[in-house]
Amino acid sequence: MNMLSEAAVEKALDKKMNEVAYKMIGKDVSVYYGEKRALFDVNLNVRENTVTALIGPSGCGKSTFLRTLNRMNDTIENCRVTGKITLDTDDIYDKEIDVVELRARVGMVFQKPNPFPKSIYENIAYGPKIHGLARGKADMDAIVEASLQRAGLWAEVKDRLHESGTGLSGGQQQRLCIARAVAVSPEVILMDEPCSALDPIATAKVEELIHELRANYTIVIVTHSMQQAARVSQRTAMFHLGQLVEENDTDKMFTNPDDQRTQDYIMGRFG
Amino acid sequence: MTDAVSFPAGASAKPARRDIGIKRRYAAERRFRAYGIAALSFGILFLFILLYSVVSKGYTAFQQTMITIPVEFSEQIIDKDNERATDPSKLMTANYPVVARNALAKVLGVAENDRQGLRAVNQMISDGVRGQLRDMVTANPQIVGTTQTVSLLAAGDIDSAFKGQIDLTVSENNRKVSDQQVGWMNQLAESGALGKHFNTGIFVNGNSSRPEAAGVGVALIGSFYMMAIVLVLSLPIGVAASIYLEEFAPKNKFTDLIEVNINNLAAVPSIVYGLLGLAVFINFMGLPRSASLVGGLVLTLMTLPTIIIATRAALKAVPPSIRAAALGLGASKMQTIFHHVLPLAMPGILTGTIIGLAHALGETAPLLLIGMVAFVANYPTTPMDPSTALPVQIYMWANEAERAFVERTSGAIIILLLFLVVMNVGAILLRRRFERRW
Repeated sequence: MNMLSEAAVEKALDKKMNEVAYKMIGKDVSVYYGEKRALFDVNLNVRENTVTALIGPSGCGKSTFLRTLNRMNDTIENCRVTGKITLDTDDIYDKEIDVVELRARVGMVFQKPNPFPKSIYENIAYGPKIHGLARGKADMDAIVEASLQRAGLWAEVKDRLHESGTGLSGGQQQRLCIARAVAVSPEVILMDEPCSALDPIATAKVEELIHELRANYTIVIVTHSMQQAARVSQRTAMFHLGQLVEENDTDKMFTNPDDQRTQDYIMGRFG
Repeated sequence: MTDAVSFPAGASAKPARRDIGIKRRYAAERRFRAYGIAALSFGILFLFILLYSVVSKGYTAFQQTMITIPVEFSEQIIDKDNERATDPSKLMTANYPVVARNALAKVLGVAENDRQGLRAVNQMISDGVRGQLRDMVTANPQIVGTTQTVSLLAAGDIDSAFKGQIDLTVSENNRKVSDQQVGWMNQLAESGALGKHFNTGIFVNGNSSRPEAAGVGVALIGSFYMMAIVLVLSLPIGVAASIYLEEFAPKNKFTDLIEVNINNLAAVPSIVYGLLGLAVFINFMGLPRSASLVGGLVLTLMTLPTIIIATRAALKAVPPSIRAAALGLGASKMQTIFHHVLPLAMPGILTGTIIGLAHALGETAPLLLIGMVAFVANYPTTPMDPSTALPVQIYMWANEAERAFVERTSGAIIILLLFLVVMNVGAILLRRRFERRW
């Protein structure tokens, strides 16, 4: 019974995937750090309500690509991005696009949990506050609760909302950061190795959370763990030396990749 | 992966020794600790020598010898022709020292025609009684013709002798107090008329050439004005400059040059700032000499590099992950800095500022050049009025010859040190209060 319904869900998702709605489209994206070129003409599309995993050896440019998606590279001195990236129909590197608004639409979760050294409540409320998403205290309370619910943290912290966010455990802190990103109602959530600083139990919780978030958000996740990519994602993109080697359905990627290098990397022959 | 790392042949024959030099390593560690302890003890020793010498010389400055006797405000001396109703200046110019002298002579039983004796009596009372009695009379003219019990300031030499700071065993000709005066002093002390009282004068009086009447009141007000000016100007300017340089300015040759220059400015001898202040604020802008406003401006210039360097270090120490978190949420650069970075950098900024202020409080050299090394007896009512500063007061008193100024110099040093301790404790408390973990 249970098996059947899951299969039905998979089928439905497959069907949806066949329609292929792209949330973000990257065309000929190249990134330069000063003279050094870090990405070479990457063409990668991110599908809506899908988890896309970016894998590849260290220094291959997967994090760099991730950071081009909400222009976090802007904060790096000497960093230059060429090519075109669109979110829905908006070119995000267009001069008309406000980077503040873009980052509200494309949220980010970082490698190391980085809650603000403030209370849990203030951590969540900060984003909605600066974007003016809440009208009044009751509204804000509702946003905070909903965000924590979504991040599966509400039950654990509801009695200590006004204690410091840095007092939580590593896994809780990371889920707090996810809740913080969710609070501004983004369309896309970028995750840069969100579990690399967490223990296996906390990792399992975050992965479960990613699975649930997929229903409402488009997720792009950078990971070093092949198993994690296989577990959480529907699409996987493999980067190597600044180039996109292959982008495919995760199932295919891990069983029968098109590119020999992907095969080698997944089998642990390099990287 | 390659195979196991291969060792040179022969090495594998014997098991590797792991104890090579282990004794030497421990000895080196012990030596290093010993050096540290020695350096620390040396520092503490000198600190104690300094504190001991200052406190042992200076604590007596907080006590003052007073002579409490009945004083007859004789109409004969103050206002012989009874003109005070029509001519108030009579009361201002009356010969009050004679009033005090006669009162003391009466207590000591010195005859009114004993000129030498009266002169000796006069030398026992501070000339400061002129102002003291005048203030009493002008405040309440009714007391003319009556007898009041008044605590008169003893002269500086009597004060020193009574505190045992003058060697009374040397020949009478070689000291400033005569045997007769010492006898009177002891006589008055026995009757309870002469005794030591807490010296409020050292805190409230202006400068005076008579040590017994001299105080750091003017210097305290001058220093207070200057600190207020330094704080109000250098904190906002310094923090704003640091934020701009650290967060907004492009990193290029020009900003590098500015950074190098700020670091150099922090090391410029303070007297150079005094010259700059003299040239710019006094000669060019025409601000008044000896004013605490100019002193404050000069010290602001001197403190700015310290505050900028401390603030930039504090801003740099804020973890980049906090900035990334705020930027990732869609906060603008300005919001990121003012909502997250600055609050986290606050303890460092405040510590730097207070240390800069403490440095400015103890600064003497630039103030000498802008004319704050002046004899100022009256309270400055605004920062534009002539005033002096605590360290300058110490410098001026250290140049005085009287024995009683020695203890006052140390006393003023104690007051200055107390202010510095209070400021540094404040810095530590603020740090504790604002420090947040992340």
